[in-house]
Amino acid sequence: MSQIEEVNYEQYKHLVSERAFTGETMLLNMGPQHPSTHGVLRLLLELDGETVVNCIPDIGFLHTGIEKNMEAKTYAKAEVMTDRLDYMNTVGNNLAYCMAVEKLVDLDVPPRAQAIRVILTEIQRIISHLVWIGTFGLDLNASSMFMYAFREREMLLDILELCSGQRMMTTFIRPGGIWRDVPVEFETAVRDFIKIFPKRIDEYEALLTKNPILLDRLVGIGKLDVATALQHGVTGPSLRASGLNWDLRKARPYMGYEQYDFNVPVRTEGDTYARYIVHVEELRESLKIVEQALNKLPMGPVRSDNRKFMTPPRSEIGVSMEALIHHFKLWTEGFPAPKGSVYSAVESPRGELGLYLEGDGGPKPYRVHLRTPSFDNLSVLSKIVKGTLVADLVAILASIDIVLGDIDR
Amino acid sequence: MDNILEPIVKSFQEKFNATYEEFRGEVHIFVTAEQIIEALTLLRDKHEFELLSALTAVDYWPQQSPRFHVIYQLSSIAKNVTVQLRVPVNGDQPRVPTATRVYEVANWRERELLDMFGIEFEGHPDPRRILMPEDTEGHPLRKDFPLGYEEPQFTFNFEEIDLRKPYAKE
Amino acid sequence: MGVEQKLGNMGIVTAKLEDVVNWGRTNAMWPMLFGLACCAIEMMSAQAAHYDMSRFGMEIMRASPRQSDLMIVAGRLSKKMAPVLRRLYDQMPEPKWVIAMGDCASCGGVFNNYALVQGVDEIVPVDVFVAGCPPRPEALIHGVMTLHEKVKGDRFIKNMAVK
Repeated sequence: MSQIEEVNYEQYKHLVSERAFTGETMLLNMGPQHPSTHGVLRLLLELDGETVVNCIPDIGFLHTGIEKNMEAKTYAKAEVMTDRLDYMNTVGNNLAYCMAVEKLVDLDVPPRAQAIRVILTEIQRIISHLVWIGTFGLDLNASSMFMYAFREREMLLDILELCSGQRMMTTFIRPGGIWRDVPVEFETAVRDFIKIFPKRIDEYEALLTKNPILLDRLVGIGKLDVATALQHGVTGPSLRASGLNWDLRKARPYMGYEQYDFNVPVRTEGDTYARYIVHVEELRESLKIVEQALNKLPMGPVRSDNRKFMTPPRSEIGVSMEALIHHFKLWTEGFPAPKGSVYSAVESPRGELGLYLEGDGGPKPYRVHLRTPSFDNLSVLSKIVKGTLVADLVAILASIDIVLGDIDR
Repeated sequence: MDNILEPIVKSFQEKFNATYEEFRGEVHIFVTAEQIIEALTLLRDKHEFELLSALTAVDYWPQQSPRFHVIYQLSSIAKNVTVQLRVPVNGDQPRVPTATRVYEVANWRERELLDMFGIEFEGHPDPRRILMPEDTEGHPLRKDFPLGYEEPQFTFNFEEIDLRKPYAKE
Repeated sequence: MGVEQKLGNMGIVTAKLEDVVNWGRTNAMWPMLFGLACCAIEMMSAQAAHYDMSRFGMEIMRASPRQSDLMIVAGRLSKKMAPVLRRLYDQMPEPKWVIAMGDCASCGGVFNNYALVQGVDEIVPVDVFVAGCPPRPEALIHGVMTLHEKVKGDRFIKNMAVK
């Protein structure tokens, strides 16, 4: 284990300006444990009074070695680790992994399973944006926003617990379908939520959107233009707030998104206020998708029929010998994947979540690489905070929407 | 292969003498390390691939040449296509020219490859480790680096692991 | 018995010093914000309105270690973060307690590899382990109540007398 070292100016010589060495500017450490850094992120700030001259992010304090650990487990068992990556978007991570595995082994997914996957992914997107809006308000010291957002989140976590038994790390979506069919109370619970949620979004907007303190603090701060964003690989709401209409659910539809009618909110200013507005609008759009998917929910099986890759449902195991054998073989040995590599991407609440999966003919993945959106979104931070105050830095960092589990994997 | 990618792949075959393969509807083009910067610049400026979606690598140990494949996944927003470029690199001195001048996102991505695989990028402005602590020896995602699996403590081996686990005292 | 007869209803209560001090310590124990990963979200959820932790005395989460007495290590501890944890623990004033929340903090959890410390008790001495991945807010509150029971049973007069 390494010891903590004193900050040596020499190792950052190429990143800070020359004024740091004469003592004109100060190097301040916004350390790994800080209430506003959304996790364990260390920022080295070069400050001239209160103005930020340079900002150097230091990551790696939550590095978990997920990519290497997934190489040691079979495909079905490795899915458990994808939950814990971006812990605000657990269902979405499972969906990205299952889509990559299904593309690699060429496995079909029945339509009812696709519709339920869409409903749960959009519910997870609402949860993620609710936590975002809660912590965004908390960072700007509007702390009642935190309480309101977490109140709605509890209702949605009850729905997830109804389906899978777990509030956060559900692993409900499996390669080939979903774990089991949703219970009878699912539809009533989701419809109750759809009925009350639009009024709650109006409550959040009444608290924050036209608030003069917020407008003073956020308008014109942290401008990000489209060219810089594309050079830095920024995707998701931050790119859409800068003016480019790019959403993977519309551009390369998956899981039946082409049948649902929804808009993609786009703003052109590119500042922190635009990012806030895009997030709030996305809450409304996700609710529309949930309602449409629930109305159109088709009947049918929820697991693929291909018994070489997908285990049979539990009800069959008691009556059929082959079902028992398939279940045993798939859980102990795993299924073999062909030699080759795929890259499959979904739209997570933060941007493009891509998975590079390479198989080698065996039951364990040969290489898994997770292209996580927060990694690239954070790399643009040092460009857009130059010249702002420290309080603005906190607001910009909150609006970019990073999750440290995504960055450090 | 759809008709947007076909002329691109053909021009690459003529200009760089590149081979390609198709798998599950994706196109992977193989170029060498000397040609990669020119290929990326060509794709960014002429064929409108504005977004470098992913930059990663695979280790094929114990095969030494090539040992690594560096993978560039490019997306075009204007034309709505993706393509993948693969660069085979040898194991003894893995070196690739840096793509930072073409796409800025490569700055952090190449630092991650240096940290995890030990692939050096020539001309990189900031070659430091990014995810592991500064004094780590070795590169974790290589296949000859051990996983670091520690024996879990069950009831049958509780005492013997208890004795050698370094508990903190105050 | 005799003392109370003499005092009558002057409004004076007698009790053991240990009980009074321990009661004071448990009812106003302020935790330090040390949320690392996913368990931090459940800790925030336990602090929010539905499962309110301020009923148990944890009104504010203090960001500074100098002003807190309880450290809830919520989440996975990587080897790069371990010296930071030790330094923060050393900066907290006595008396201090540690709750290891979640599986990753207790024993390494799902991840058994090169990058994580297998259990926070290799770095700091832990009083209560809360299991779960992530533990429900009710499980965390149960862990906090167990810690309160432990503190109430803490006999420190003997140690003071020995010194």
